[in-house]
Amino acid sequence: MVKVAILNYGVGNLHSIRQGLERVGARVVITDEPEEIERADALVLPGVGTLRGAIERLSDKRGAIWKAAFEDKPLLGICLGLQLLFDRSEEGNSKGLGLMRGEVVRLPRGLKVPHMGWNYLRVKRSHPIVRDVPSGSYVYFMHSYYVHPEDRDAVVATTSYGPEFPSVVASGSIVGVQFHPERSGEPGMRTLRNFVEMVGSA
Amino acid sequence: MLTKRIIPCLDVLNGRVVKGTRFKQLQEAGDPAELAKRYDEQGADEVVFLDIGASPEGREAMYGVVERTAKQLSVPLTVGGGIRSLQHIERMLRSGADKVAINTAAVEEPELVRAAAQRFGNQCIVVAIDAKLVGPKKWEVYIYGARRPTGLDALQWARRVEELGAGEILLTSIDADGTRAGYDLELTRAVAEAVDLPVIASGGAGNPQHIYEVLTEGKADAALAAGIFHFGLYTIQDVKRYLHERGVPVRL
Repeated sequence: MVKVAILNYGVGNLHSIRQGLERVGARVVITDEPEEIERADALVLPGVGTLRGAIERLSDKRGAIWKAAFEDKPLLGICLGLQLLFDRSEEGNSKGLGLMRGEVVRLPRGLKVPHMGWNYLRVKRSHPIVRDVPSGSYVYFMHSYYVHPEDRDAVVATTSYGPEFPSVVASGSIVGVQFHPERSGEPGMRTLRNFVEMVGSA
Repeated sequence: MLTKRIIPCLDVLNGRVVKGTRFKQLQEAGDPAELAKRYDEQGADEVVFLDIGASPEGREAMYGVVERTAKQLSVPLTVGGGIRSLQHIERMLRSGADKVAINTAAVEEPELVRAAAQRFGNQCIVVAIDAKLVGPKKWEVYIYGARRPTGLDALQWARRVEELGAGEILLTSIDADGTRAGYDLELTRAVAEAVDLPVIASGGAGNPQHIYEVLTEGKADAALAAGIFHFGLYTIQDVKRYLHERGVPVRL
């Protein structure tokens, strides 16, 4: 059974993501201890809290996260957790973890922001994280910023809301989703299952 | 394309679902977690729980209900009713709510909205506005379960909560609520045009056409309904098919 550590860096609903991962067969620990991160087979950066709060609470765990990434431990960023993976963000002009090249930008003015609700994926290339998650699958979004990877090959799927933005990205052992798989019905559960299977075969 | 959301609302009193119009007589109708799960299976896009008692004992029961519900739900859960402090919000989110709706406390202490958005992220802070028609195209905000007028203009208040950092507005027409005669389209449209936030319309749904109207003419991003789903008049699928046939984007 694979052991997944959910990084605890913000106040929010961590129940649902834990439940979701457990349902697809993972053993889950919610933690902010570097030792626990080391012991886990994979890491999840959840989509709760605020960017500023997360960066503050992660400051002394950067080493452990980087080490995990360097060792090719599978890492899943969800929503804010995806945005944290990048170099920098327009939100509060902050620096991210720098595990993926590129930046995080705000959705344009004139749109209703946050982008809130069910929207669909356009799958751009095959990747284990989107196995059996076809184009047209509806998933749940709640975000005001989106990622802009320098490496366009990192984009696995996109979604349109104003601009067409990357909703699933992947590079090496790192994957990120802008939607909330734990709150996205069947396609969301499938995404979590895919991640756990990736961990199992890593 | 972002779809329009259909959101069933469950009124909860001391940990049990009650039926009835939001501001009037009640009858007990089951376990919130079970009903929420049924709506999820029927295709609800989200579920809202409103603690209509909002007593300290009721709230304690609500944390447990939210925890049980969150475990079974595959769509987001919003919880409102009697939320008055950062501590309440934190416990609700930790119990498994994805968003929290603040109503009376937002009016009495607007800084709570700002502080909550900064601490928990604006995407999980919903401000609920109960509004009543008081003149031509003029609506007043009421608090304490629509019992107490505030003197606040609903459109100005909506703009203010956007500035404070709310991520969404849950707008209830006190005039339409419980009538099943349709949403207040003028009010909904006025608020939806006043802010750049998603607006959930509430109060007055009696049939799928009402929902169609509020999502098109009323410019709402989502429609909340209670009675028409609880009493089995229509299923969520009925409503979504009706909308889909008329060109409204929905998740089927």
